[in-house]
Formats: sequence, C-alpha cells, structure tokens
Amino acid sequence: MAELVSITIDGHGVDMAQGSTILEACRFLDIDTPTLCQLDNLTPVNVCRACVVELEGSRVLVPACSRQVEPGMQIQTDTPRVRHSRRLVLELLASSVDMTLTSGQVQGWMQRYQAAPTRFGKVATVAKPVKVDNELYVRDYSRCILCYKCVEACGADAQNTFAIGVAGRGFDAHISTEFEVGLPDSACVYCGNCIGVCPTGALMFKSEYDMRAAGTWDESRQAVTETVCPYCGVGCMLELRVQDNSIVRVTSPLDHSVTSGHLCVKGRFGFEFVQKRGPRG
Amino acid sequence: MLRGVRHGARLIAVDPRRTSSAEWADIWLGLDVGSDIALANAIARVIIHDGLPDTKFIERSTTGYKEFAKKVEKYTLERAEKETGIPRNAIREVALAYGQARTGMICWTLGITEHHNATDNVLALINLGLLTGKVGRYGCGLNPLRGQNNVQGGGDMGAIPAKLPGFQAIEDPAIHEKFASAWGGADFPLKKGWHLSEMFEGMERGELRSAYIVGENPARSEADQGRAVRLLSGLDHLVVQDIFLTHTAELAHVVLPAGAGWTESEGTVTNSERRVQRVRRALDPPLGARDDIEIICELAARLGVDFGRPTAEEVWDECRSLSPMHAGMKYSRLDELGGIQWPCPDESHPGTQFLHARLWKDPVEGPLAPFSAVDNEPPVDRLTDEFPIRLTTGRRLDSFNTGVQTNEYTSPLRKGAEALVISPEDGANLGIADGECVRVSSRRGSVDVNVSFDRSMRPGLAFMTLHFPDQVATNVLTIDATDPKSGTAEFKASAIRIDRIPASSSLGGESQARPGEGARL
Amino acid sequence: MAAVDSILGAPEPDDHRVVHGGRAARNQRHQLLPVLHAIQDRRGWVSRGALEYACRRLSIPPAEAYGVVSFYARFASEPHGEVAVHVCDDIVCGLAGVTVPDGARRVPCLGLCDHAPATLTERFGMVYEAVQTSHAAARYPGSRLLRRIDVVDPDSIDSYREHGGFAALKNAREMGPAAVIRAVTESGLLGRGGAAFPTGRKWQSVADQPVRPHYIVCNADESEPGTFKDRVLLEGDPFAVVEGMAIAAYATGSEKGFVYVRDEYPLARARMARAIAQARDKGFLDFDVEVRRGAGAYICGEETALFNSIEGKRGEPRNKPPFPVQAGLFGKPTLPNNVETLVNVLDILNGEFADSRLFCVSGQVLRPGVYEVAMGTPLRALIELAGGVPPGRMLQAVLLGGAAGSFLTPAQIDVPLSFDGVRAIGATLGSGAVMVFDDTADMRQVLLRIARFFRDESCGQCVPCRVGTRRQEEILDRMLGTNGDSRADVMLLSDIAQAMRDASICGLGQTAANAIASGLTQLRVLNG
Repeated sequence: MAELVSITIDGHGVDMAQGSTILEACRFLDIDTPTLCQLDNLTPVNVCRACVVELEGSRVLVPACSRQVEPGMQIQTDTPRVRHSRRLVLELLASSVDMTLTSGQVQGWMQRYQAAPTRFGKVATVAKPVKVDNELYVRDYSRCILCYKCVEACGADAQNTFAIGVAGRGFDAHISTEFEVGLPDSACVYCGNCIGVCPTGALMFKSEYDMRAAGTWDESRQAVTETVCPYCGVGCMLELRVQDNSIVRVTSPLDHSVTSGHLCVKGRFGFEFVQKRGPRG
Repeated sequence: MLRGVRHGARLIAVDPRRTSSAEWADIWLGLDVGSDIALANAIARVIIHDGLPDTKFIERSTTGYKEFAKKVEKYTLERAEKETGIPRNAIREVALAYGQARTGMICWTLGITEHHNATDNVLALINLGLLTGKVGRYGCGLNPLRGQNNVQGGGDMGAIPAKLPGFQAIEDPAIHEKFASAWGGADFPLKKGWHLSEMFEGMERGELRSAYIVGENPARSEADQGRAVRLLSGLDHLVVQDIFLTHTAELAHVVLPAGAGWTESEGTVTNSERRVQRVRRALDPPLGARDDIEIICELAARLGVDFGRPTAEEVWDECRSLSPMHAGMKYSRLDELGGIQWPCPDESHPGTQFLHARLWKDPVEGPLAPFSAVDNEPPVDRLTDEFPIRLTTGRRLDSFNTGVQTNEYTSPLRKGAEALVISPEDGANLGIADGECVRVSSRRGSVDVNVSFDRSMRPGLAFMTLHFPDQVATNVLTIDATDPKSGTAEFKASAIRIDRIPASSSLGGESQARPGEGARL
Repeated sequence: MAAVDSILGAPEPDDHRVVHGGRAARNQRHQLLPVLHAIQDRRGWVSRGALEYACRRLSIPPAEAYGVVSFYARFASEPHGEVAVHVCDDIVCGLAGVTVPDGARRVPCLGLCDHAPATLTERFGMVYEAVQTSHAAARYPGSRLLRRIDVVDPDSIDSYREHGGFAALKNAREMGPAAVIRAVTESGLLGRGGAAFPTGRKWQSVADQPVRPHYIVCNADESEPGTFKDRVLLEGDPFAVVEGMAIAAYATGSEKGFVYVRDEYPLARARMARAIAQARDKGFLDFDVEVRRGAGAYICGEETALFNSIEGKRGEPRNKPPFPVQAGLFGKPTLPNNVETLVNVLDILNGEFADSRLFCVSGQVLRPGVYEVAMGTPLRALIELAGGVPPGRMLQAVLLGGAAGSFLTPAQIDVPLSFDGVRAIGATLGSGAVMVFDDTADMRQVLLRIARFFRDESCGQCVPCRVGTRRQEEILDRMLGTNGDSRADVMLLSDIAQAMRDASICGLGQTAANAIASGLTQLRVLNG
C-alpha cells in the first residue's frame, strides 16, 4: 500500500495515496474540474491550464492534472483567481479555435465560467484548410487546441510511431508530420489512436466527416456497444458506435486494462468486412 | 513491450529481418531462418557454464535437466555461430543478459511455430525459461502471441478432441458422469475424438462420411489444398456454418449463414493471457443469418431434442456450473472487472494472473515441468545453387492472413500490392531495379511479383506475405513440410530463385498459378 | 551528409547479423542541435533529405526532428541566399533608428545594445562567420567583476594565471566541497540570471542528491532584450567562467558540465571553447565540460527549456516541480547557474567578494555599456555613470529588468538598486537591463515592440501564453492606433495579463504582460 497524504481542498480534508495528483483528489471529492489536455491513459502535459487551482504558498496557480499531492497542501478550486484563469483559458482558446464539436462537458464549462470568446473583437484564429489525404481519417486543424494528446498517443504513450509532432512555435505552433507531408508519406500507421484521444473533432474518421458533411450524422440514432476485437489474441475492447445498423466509429475504453483505450489499424478500421455481407434485418 | 522499454527494460529482438521492432531493440540478432534451436541451446550452454541457472528451481520444480544439459553441451558458441550466422560474442552477450536478469520474458509468434520442427522450437525456448526460473512470476513467462481473438477460448470450451469444457478429460469416468447427468442423462462417447488431421485421414479411409464445419475454411487454409478439397467434395453430407460463403461453404450440401461472433452475437472469448471477455451484439446480422446458439438449438429441435431458447448468458452459466475454472465468472463480474483470467473457481476469486505460479509453491502443485532435449534441424527446403535465396513469409500490420477480412477496408499503408522484399545488394547482384516485376521460383512453382528493396533485409533473404492470394499466390512457393506434433507447415522457410522476366513473357504482375487450381508443378 | 558526419563521425557499415541499437542509439538524441547547426552552417538550410539522414543516424523520428527544426529561429526549412544579414530591430536598436535593408532578417535583441543599431552577418558554405568584435566594457575604479576585461588575453590561459587565475579553484580544493558550499552560502550571493535564488542553497541541494550523475549547466543564453553583461564576461574573461564552473562542479560533485551560449554570440562561444580546451590541457578540469550553442530562442534562457534544448528537443519549459536540482538535465540532479553568478564565486573563495552587480545600461544615454555598482546604488547614479540622456533631452522613462521588467518614471529613479529596493515600487532587477528613454522616444512603438517580442518568443506550449501574447499584441495595436475610447481594451489587457501571470507554465508567460501593464499605467500613451 502506498503511503497516504493528507491535503485539504476547499475546506474538505482528503487522504490520497502518495503519487496521486490534485486532480484525482478533486475527482475523489466530486469537484468538477475542467480539463482539455488531460486524459487518464496519457502522461499529463499540463499545457491547457484549464485545471489550475490555488495552492497556499504558491506564487502562481498550479495545474491540478500533474501536480502531485504533498502533505498539508491547502487548495482552493473556486476562488476568483481560479475562476478568472479558467475563464480566460476557455475564452482565449475559443477565440482562436473552432470548438463547436467539443463535448457537452466542455460546453458546460464554457457556461459555468461565463466564457465570452467574442469579447476580444476581430482577432486572428488558427483556421486553415481541412486535410483530407487518405481514406481513413481527416485532419481539420482549425479545430485544434494543441492539447498534445494526439502527439502523445502517436508517440511514447501508446503507438510509439512518432508520425506527428508539434512544429513551429508560439501562436503558429501546430501539429505536423515531418516537413508538413501528407499522412501517406509520413510514418503514420493509421492506428487512429490520435482520433481516439482528440477532444475537439480536429481528428475524425473520414466516414464520420463525410456523414457530417452530408448531414446524415445523427447522434440521437446512435448506440455504443462494447465488444472484443476479432483480429488477434490481445483482446482489445472495442466500442462500436452504430447508426442505422452500420458502424460509424470505433473507439476503445480508456480504463480497460488490456490496452488502455488504444487500438491498431485493423481493430480501428478493419470492420468493413462484416458490413459488406448484404442487407440487414 | 515498448512501454516496458520506456520504463527501462532491455529488449532483444531475434529475427532474420531487422523489423521495426528490431529497431527498438538494444540488441538485434539476425539469425538464419530456422536456426532457432541452435541459438537457444547455445544460450543455455553459456548460462550453464557461467553458473547462472536457477538450480533451486530446477531441483524442486522440473524434470529432465541432466539429459537437457548433456544435449546443449554440444552447442558450443563456435557451432552456434556456424549454424545461426550470428557472431559468437553476440550470442554470449544475449545469453548473459537473459541469464543475469532478475526478470525476463520470452515472447514469440509464427517465426517459431511455422516450421517443420515447430514444437521443438517452442520446447527449446521453454527450456530457457525453466533453466533460469523465469516462469510463473511477475515480469517473466513464455508467451506465444496469438493471432486470433479466441484461439484460447476454443480450447477452453472443449473444441479439442480429448477434452470437455474447462480442459476436463472426456475419458475420465467421473467427469463424463458429471456432464452426462447435468445433460439429463445424455449418452455421448466416453472416448476422445479426432483432431483435424485425423479427420481428414478418416475421410481418406472412408470412415468419416459427414462433416459439420463451423467457422473454419479448410478448403483454403489446409496445407495440401488439393487433397483437402477432394476429400471435402467426396463427403456424403457436408454442412458449413459461416459468416461468409467460403470456398469450403461452396462445397457444402447445406450452408447455415451465421452472425459474426464479435459484433452480431452475444458471448465470450478468451485472449492470449487466458482473460475471458464479453463480446456483444452491435449490429443485426444480414438477412437470413442467425446467431450460432439459435442455429444449434434449431438443429437440436429437428433432431428431436428440445434445448429451449437459451440466451448466451444461460449457456455460459451452464458452462460455469460444469467447468470449475470458469465457475466464478458470471457475466456481471466479467463486465465489472473487464474480463477475468482463468482459473477463477468462485465468485469471490479475482482470477489468476500467473498460471505457473504453482511451480513456486511449496510443495509444488501439480506435475513438475519437464525439460526437453531437442536438436537443431535446419529447414527442409535446402538452399542450393539452383535455389540460393531463403524466402520467409509473414504478415503486415494492416492485413490479416489471407485478406478475406482486411482487404475490405482501404488501408493507406497498402501501397501497391504484394511485393518480394529483398536487400538492395541482392537487387544489384541480380541486375534488377526496385519495383521491377520478376519471376520467383521454388521447387514447387513460380509466381511473378514486383520487387521492393529494403535495407532491413540482408543479402540472400527474401520476404513475402500471404495477404493477397488472388494477386500473388505466395503459397505456390511455400513447402508443405509439416511439424508432426502440431500439424503446422513450414511457411517460414522456402528456397527460391529470382529471375528477370524477358519482356515478351511477362504476365503483367499476375501470378502464373493460383492455389487450388492445380498450380503445383 | 558530410555535415552530419562531421559531428557524429562516419557511419558504421550496415551489419546484417548484429546491431546494438535501441537505448544506446536513442541516447544520442542530444546531438541533434549540434548536427542541425552543422547542416545549417554548411547549406544555409535544413533540407528534408539532410534531416532524414540525421534522424537515421540519431534514431530520432523525423516528425519530432522537424518540430525541433521549426522551433528554433536559427534553422531554416527552406533555402536562403549565400549571405544572411540579421538586423536587430528590438527596443534599443529601434530607438537608434534602425533600418532593415531588403533581404535582411529582422531579429530580436542581439545583445549588442551598447553598439546599437546592431547587425550580425553570416556566410553559408563555410562555418558561421559572424562580423562581430568584442567591445570593451566601460571600466571604473573598484570594478571587481570586470577587472580583467581588456586586461587579460582572453585566448591565453597563461595570461589569465598571471592575473590570479585559478587561485580560487586551488583554494576550493583545499577547503573541500562542504566548506566551499558553506562559503558561498554565507556570502549571501543571489543568482544573477533574474530569479535571485540563493546560490549556496542551490549548490547544497544538488550536492545532497544521491542520484548520479550530477550536471552543471552554465546558462549563457543571455537573450533578455537590453542585456549583454554575460557576453562581455564570456568574451573578455572566459577563463573566469570556466574556473567558476570547475568550482561549482567540484562542490556539487558534478561529473559533466555544459555551457549553453546563445547562437548570436559566436565570439563568446569560440573563446569559451578555447578556454575549456586550454584549461583541460593544463589539468585544471577534473570534469567533462562542453559548449552548446543555442539556436535563436529567447525561451531557452529559462532553465528547463534550456535543458530540453541541450537534450535535442524543442525548447519548451517543463512544469515545476520537479526542480532542476532534483530532476534537471537528462532527468538528473542539475545545477543551473548564470555566467555572472559563477564569476562571483571566484571572489568569494579569494576573500574579495563584495555585494555589487553588473547592469547593462543602454538606450538614450551618452555611454551605453556594462557597469558594476554596489547593491543599493540609486538608479539615478547609474544613469549618470553612463553619461545621462543626451544634452537638451529630458528623461522620459526607464525600463528596468528588460522586456520582462517594468517601466519607471523620472519620479522613481532615486530607487536604490537592490532586490528589496525595487520590489518596494513593484519592479524587479531581473537580469540587470536598464533601458533609458528620453523625451524623443515613441513609447507606443516601444510597447508594441515588447508585445511583438513576446508573441514571437512564446514557445506555444500553454494556452495563456500562446494565445495571450497574441491577443495582447492585437489589442495593444488596436488601442494605440485609434483615438477612441480604450477603456474596454485596457480591461481586456488586464484580464489577459492576470491569466498569463497566474496560469502560464514558465516565467516568460508569467512576465509577458509586466512591461506593458506598467507602461500603460506609468506612461502617457493612451488618449483621453
């Protein structure tokens, strides 16, 4: 058993295992904490700064996602300073990036912190043409908030392919292959783990992208079923999202012990053979 | 594995090709195809000579060490260097790395098992695990990485000749009685049945006249295809139950269209680490196709037995009541725990992470683990001046076996089609250009295929896949020498020749011969 | 390929039987920047082919290496001409009326503010050939840190020894590591890089770490606009820096050291390399030390970004904790010290330490240069040392601490130059930059240049800084360009400033609004 560390959050004492993060403590206490770049199956990069909290004795706010608990920490998660930074992070992002396809949870945080991205007036955005260079997925970096999740999933946290990285710097920093080549000329192996972790719809199954373009994407008619990938003996769990008896997206649960939500190209995209067998009852 | 590497584990890759996995390895050994036992035995000899065996474990938990040690004594580094092509220092370095490591695991796939001496290859690796006590504990083990999601589950459920579900011996009267009484006094044989090869032999002798084949395509997957097709065609009655109209189904008298196990029906599968996991129905099957359970129950009804209309869970619960190793795995627990590793004898049991932990118990539970003294036997298809190049076959990341499933999606990785991958040096020696269409011949036949140069290949080695049999019938080249113990053919080692194609006789990249159509010369 | 091989040596022929790769190969990653410099210097740019060859040699994924190439201003991923002219248009050179000729590149502060307007010229196809010479620092009686500048021959270890060189190192070795650290601690020396952390405490923390190896890093990435004191020390007294490092390495048990010199200081780099070689030849170094060259990124002055840069990565700062003394360069305990800090150590061990520090006075004064004054000296006296504003002009403002510092008005220039003195008026000494503006300076342009500087130099990692510095520039540009009511925009800037200060990962973002905020309140730049 790891040693326990006692800390206080918003006046509530909580004992956490050594090595836990402030975010885990917040979740344990049911304190809703906005996160954009954090995911349980990836190493925290603490770049979005949406999860910052006030730590007594610290000159600046600290990121809850990566800061580990230390004995006696006094933490506040809803002070004016915290609310201000969270609001600004959401506003600054939404003023530069198309965030319309983010989850309802993100939209909820925008409301909770009264984010008003238009108040900056006419300002620069990261808008750029959609990249459609292969049959499996589409990259729309106008939606990219640079959370680094795809880079981590492509790299050391899952796939170890390193086909993409962050290029450029400052406001021009962006996700890129080497020398901006298309995916077919890159090291990409199309595992789609980057899609699996993308929080904004910047990375999308081509089938989903096409359905959205055609206006046929309808989440109210979709159901998700968990099953096991047929292709090898690893036993990856699949989440099959089905609309009108047709698989429209494949993901994997992050908390599953076998592969922590990551798949390979066959599991992610190799389902067509089932669907090409004729009409369904 | 790469996560382990990131956390500090050393990785050693043994593969004739310098694959992308080998690129990650701290040491890569590019051995000659089919020289695995020479390498394993030489490693064992170094471990023994350097005093690294786990003698206590060997004494307590194993048998046959003396004979094994005597056998590997003959595998000096000099001999191993000659038989594997790997410099002796490197073999010694790897032996010491494995021998001295506190923990270490050996993982393998078909490079070990698709050989005429597949079982011996596996035994040679098991010897290394036993020699150093690297089995049955954390961070250790001997791991064949399975190629399908339910290879293990098929065995678990009794789809093997001598066992009932849960690996219970059918010939044990007590076991037989237990099942018979559970099944309402059912009368079924007390004798073990036949495995696949024996069934085909039975057909040949005329003893086996009817077959009911579920989810298997022997007309395409058996080694001697012509013979398989002839015997299946000669049956009095053939029933095939499958999700596709396979080549085997085309020979059948009755075809029962089924739902796809992983997405059109409910049930469980078992992965490589013995983890039983739930599969669920996400799609309705195509019109006319039915769930396997429904088909079987309907069949029973026509034969005069009422199985009722059980759900998958009810069938599973019956299995749990009869198979002690599955007893604790009720559906809700499988959901809750994300699968459970057998044995799991009751509903409070968390499942078993290390199967062979028993070898460390005091006293040892169950039988002792045997060493096996095995010798290196080079591939059957010898290299000669006429066929000087070693062809090995394998798979690519985005494709699956013969491509029936994976060729249905558009993979951007599939640039062009099948290719003969060779070293740039061989290309230069043969005077052929990268991408040129060449004729590849073995002692059994020829195909035309485009070459692709790859720096991961050494001179004298060639590589092809089996993914596109309709374009390039790679198996025209491979040899059907099979391992008598496992029934696996030596897909990994053929002797070939590469010839330029005179301009006039090009077949435009099409293979000259097709499998199952009398292609073999 | 020749460029890459010049750093890595000729490649081994392909071995088809045994390859020792994996971790050993990936551990070469830190050679990436030296390799990219070699390519850039010879070809004038980094082509895809050259990068892929470098990646193969170093086992680096090309996409990651491209991320590195595109991060640093030094490396071009498209071909350029034979000659490149870098023209500084930063704050001080802007005041000096810089003109940027066609084809020349505008660059941020070159650290030549004492000779504004400054340019740097290089020629490709050969090694980096910068047109730059050392500039004598103004010397004054009692100068301690500058006493050897223009006195010793910076290329001769014998000359350095004739002027007392290596006496401090000898003393240190006689005292033993613990006593050295005690002496440094008792001197009260605070780091001169900007953060003013007690030097002795930092040394003690590294010395106490059980993990091995320990690294020492001399931070010579002096990029704060208006700062050039470290350049003067590196160019004029390089052996003193080497000796300071040797003492620090001895005291902290560091096995390996790096001097990270900004790209724009070729002479400093060359002299440091020669000094290290001579010191090694004469047996003064019992640890390994090498010079690393920055590649045009202000952020790499931030210590954790600097570590990443040495490791061959993008210069993105790391979140702290863990602190460098626990897990710094290559994840090992690391002592990062500024150049001036290390030179101070010599005097501590020679019993000659006094609490004075270097200031870089630039802008509209008669004698811009590096000045050493006692802590607590009034700012007014420092400006007078530098000759004051030109005759007939009036002082308008002083920017203290560089772009990350704050503006003072003429009414505030009696402030004593000490950490507490300036803190009392909400300012900071920072890296010792003192930029003086007379009544002819267009402070709107100065503020805009500062905003542009931070927008250019933000690494892009965290949201508050990446988007905040951009918005700050846009809004400032908008409000300074119109005559309308700017109250709403002032509020927006204040909102952004607070978020950058509170929520950015590193000091760059946390201070990116300081000068602008103080400028807007202290200076008359707004209408109405």
